[in-house]
Amino acid sequence: MTAEPNPEITPELVAEHGLKPDEYARVREILGRTPNLVELGIFSVMWSEHCSYKSSKKWLKTLPTEGPQVIQGPGENAGVVDIGDGQAAIFKMESHNHPSFIEPYQGAATGVGGILRDVFTMGARPVCNLNALRFGDPEHPKTRHLLSGVVAGIGGYGNCVGVPTIAGEVNFHPAYNGNILVNAMTVGLAQADRIFYAKATGAGNPVIYVGSKTGRDGIHGATMASASFEEDSEEKRPTVQVGDPFTEKLLIEACLELMETDAIVGIQDMGAAGLTSSSFEMASKGGAGVELDLDRVPVREDGMTAYEIMLSESQERMLMVLKPGREDEARRIFEKWDLDFAVVGQLTDTGRMVIRKNGQQVADLPIDPLAEAAPEYDRPWEPTPAQPEIAPADVPASEDPGAALERLLGSADLCSRRWVWEQYDYTVMADTAQRPGGDAGVVRVRGTNKALAVTVDCTPRYCLNDPVRGGMQAVAETWRNITAVGGRPLAITDNMNFGNPEKPLVMGQFVGAVKGMREACAALNYPVVSGNVSLYNETADTAILPTPAIGGVGLLPDLSKMATIAFTAEGEAIVLIGETRGHLGCSLYLRHLAGREDGAPPPVDLAAEKRNGDFVRGEIEAGRVTACHDLSDGGLLVALAEMALAAPDEIGAEISVPEGTDVPPLHAWLFGEDQGRYLLTVAEAGPVLEAAREAGVPAAAIGRTGGASLNLSSGHTIWLQQLRDAHSGWLPRYMQSDD
Amino acid sequence: MKAAVVVFPGSNCDRDVAVALERAMGRPPVMVWHKDSDFEDVDLVVLPGGFSYGDYLRVGAISAHANVMREVKRRAGKGVPVLGICNGFQVLTESGLLPGALMRNKSLRFVCKDVGLKVETGQSLFTSRYETGQRVTFMAAHHDGSYFIDDAGRRQLEDREQIAFRYCDERGQVTPEANPNGSVANIAGIFNSEKTVLGMMPHPERMADPVLGGEDGRAMFEGLVEALS
Repeated sequence: MTAEPNPEITPELVAEHGLKPDEYARVREILGRTPNLVELGIFSVMWSEHCSYKSSKKWLKTLPTEGPQVIQGPGENAGVVDIGDGQAAIFKMESHNHPSFIEPYQGAATGVGGILRDVFTMGARPVCNLNALRFGDPEHPKTRHLLSGVVAGIGGYGNCVGVPTIAGEVNFHPAYNGNILVNAMTVGLAQADRIFYAKATGAGNPVIYVGSKTGRDGIHGATMASASFEEDSEEKRPTVQVGDPFTEKLLIEACLELMETDAIVGIQDMGAAGLTSSSFEMASKGGAGVELDLDRVPVREDGMTAYEIMLSESQERMLMVLKPGREDEARRIFEKWDLDFAVVGQLTDTGRMVIRKNGQQVADLPIDPLAEAAPEYDRPWEPTPAQPEIAPADVPASEDPGAALERLLGSADLCSRRWVWEQYDYTVMADTAQRPGGDAGVVRVRGTNKALAVTVDCTPRYCLNDPVRGGMQAVAETWRNITAVGGRPLAITDNMNFGNPEKPLVMGQFVGAVKGMREACAALNYPVVSGNVSLYNETADTAILPTPAIGGVGLLPDLSKMATIAFTAEGEAIVLIGETRGHLGCSLYLRHLAGREDGAPPPVDLAAEKRNGDFVRGEIEAGRVTACHDLSDGGLLVALAEMALAAPDEIGAEISVPEGTDVPPLHAWLFGEDQGRYLLTVAEAGPVLEAAREAGVPAAAIGRTGGASLNLSSGHTIWLQQLRDAHSGWLPRYMQSDD
Repeated sequence: MKAAVVVFPGSNCDRDVAVALERAMGRPPVMVWHKDSDFEDVDLVVLPGGFSYGDYLRVGAISAHANVMREVKRRAGKGVPVLGICNGFQVLTESGLLPGALMRNKSLRFVCKDVGLKVETGQSLFTSRYETGQRVTFMAAHHDGSYFIDDAGRRQLEDREQIAFRYCDERGQVTPEANPNGSVANIAGIFNSEKTVLGMMPHPERMADPVLGGEDGRAMFEGLVEALS
């Protein structure tokens, strides 16, 4: 038997636990005494930025979270939206940034495991995974290793669990050299009247621990994720958890099997801050007290202290409250799946968490003040100074648009991500209707003709130069991507990745991004139903680009109407929807052809965005569209090339470029990143142009599909063969792949 | 026709293959738990894909010793057809029902992609709906799909027409470039000498519905139903 260490609580020990002096004063005020080490540890994780959202809460509250489609908004393990026929989609995105930088394979793998648990804990069978990844400069010595480890980790976990990874994004920028981002999202399906919540009620009800045993791994992971890295970040490796996807798979099946009964009162996974946060959050939501007996917790090794057990972040564990007398029924299910099952305590009506170990009381804490009265800060913030609007004429025109296009498609920013997604099983579960590489992933709702369209997007360089526009654009781009496959956008989850919020400029980026998101969500009837915040993404004072990654979910009522980006036939009309002004500020053309990253990003006209998108979706649903692609990074010519290259036998196009004094110069027309635009192919342009005119939507026929090149009426011919080599070759060459 | 799908802990294509079987048979297969040492009489046993026992120790090695496998081996010995897909193929080689072994992909990475397969023989329960030499597209999704057998073993497989599928290119040519994992002689699937047991890495059940991008796999299930009903 190991005695519980009982050191004196010194200011140094408090600081090591990441608590500020004023926060510690509040701890003492709540307790009316000095905490012991176990209690200090519990406060430190519960009040960490990661668990308490203390810097961000004030602003997150301003986001739209309601709508007729919303069954459950933020505050639960995941958000829930109605998809009709008594079914619901349950989803959330979460970061695992800090651990993935330290140990990329396990960091990314456990990120996937954690977000899967957030979704199946609510009663949903996970049906797809997505991810948003940001790495440093490709030339940075660590980038290859990190990319390779993260991708292998995501695949290693998701593939084994048997949930397809069907969409995502990968970006590179030197601002991520010391802090990569790994954001993982899971979408699940459940019956709308069979959703489980993290709410513990009913004094006397048993508290159950299931899943893996508790070990000494990941202690203080939440605290690590709440601080900036110094140069010694790699020495934090012991705080990274190790994933076991096999156990997770068993846990999914066992939980879903138990959920078919009515034995469960409340259930929550043990994620960040493990047993501490799961027990406190469940008790707080249900207004209950809890008695925990840590001697009953299944442990991996002898001699673990109460402090270690409460703070461990061992993976693949869940905490449940059952109805009384249902323990044996539940135990049989978990034993069938060879998983640990232990009654570790019971609910009380005291409103307190009382923890025992070796027959002795080791902690006695009031639940509400800890869980609900966590500190909340209104941190000082400064807006990002406005960047100048850059006129097309101020950006040098490339003499050869073909060479410019080849350079863009062959860059880290726009090259094919095939090397990445071929390491993910994207077809397990046999419902993947649209694979990675298009505008959105699509999974069929098993046994129906409905499908979910899912995507993750953010353009961090826009967010840096103008956080408000950037936040707006990120939301709008997911809405557009769902629309482009024919989906009706329902709701989003957000993953807010920023630097140190104690710096007013960084806090201002956060505030600005939230403002832009808020406007976009409101205008598009597209609420936020879940999310996660990751702050302190800084190393040695250098912050990442502000990265509010947005995960969007939409519904295709009729899967047979789904659109894809690939040109489907020769001789079809190509129609450009939306207004083209040739916005080159903050564009990829500016970055790659002029070596500049300045300028205001493109404005997002939300009314036009909605009008254009609703029109495009209507045309797709009416069955008139043979291919559709939204215009984003790199603009019109990049989108055209992607549509041409996506066709199985590669189909080119003849394009008429507009002439005259009231149109943008050629390079701005071809590469400008104006928002709210789509390319469609249709058998004949006439009816679509007519319908667009009636709907007040800008539309122009710009050419026809056919041939083996992109032929511009300006006299430029761009061969697809050459583009393909540039587009598909960069990543495998970079990774020194041998196939 | 009646079929059984064995569920190991960590199987994750059991539901997918059950859907494909039900579509072909008109009724659902029996799902058999790995701890069961007996199950009802069936005309076909399927070992599905996945990561049984997490692929810990060695792929398929622990499952090969599951309770249910004693019974599967007994029935295979009596001529009951057995189909192992992906992890199921790995279990079949580990349990000695098929020769050779499956090793880590040559690239050392998991690979998920459409693969072209040349049907080496249409003369079997499993391939009766295909022409010999036909090119079909199935889905590969594996980390340990590199089939290995020594030269003598390979010659024997060839001589006895035990090779069911080889990886091929767009034009049906069996080339090194078309080999996604480094398998000996591009081997993607093999029979036992009686052609009553088939193990294959690519997934026919993921190409049995036009929504999934192809239907070439359907003919395998429909052919089985025709032969075994």
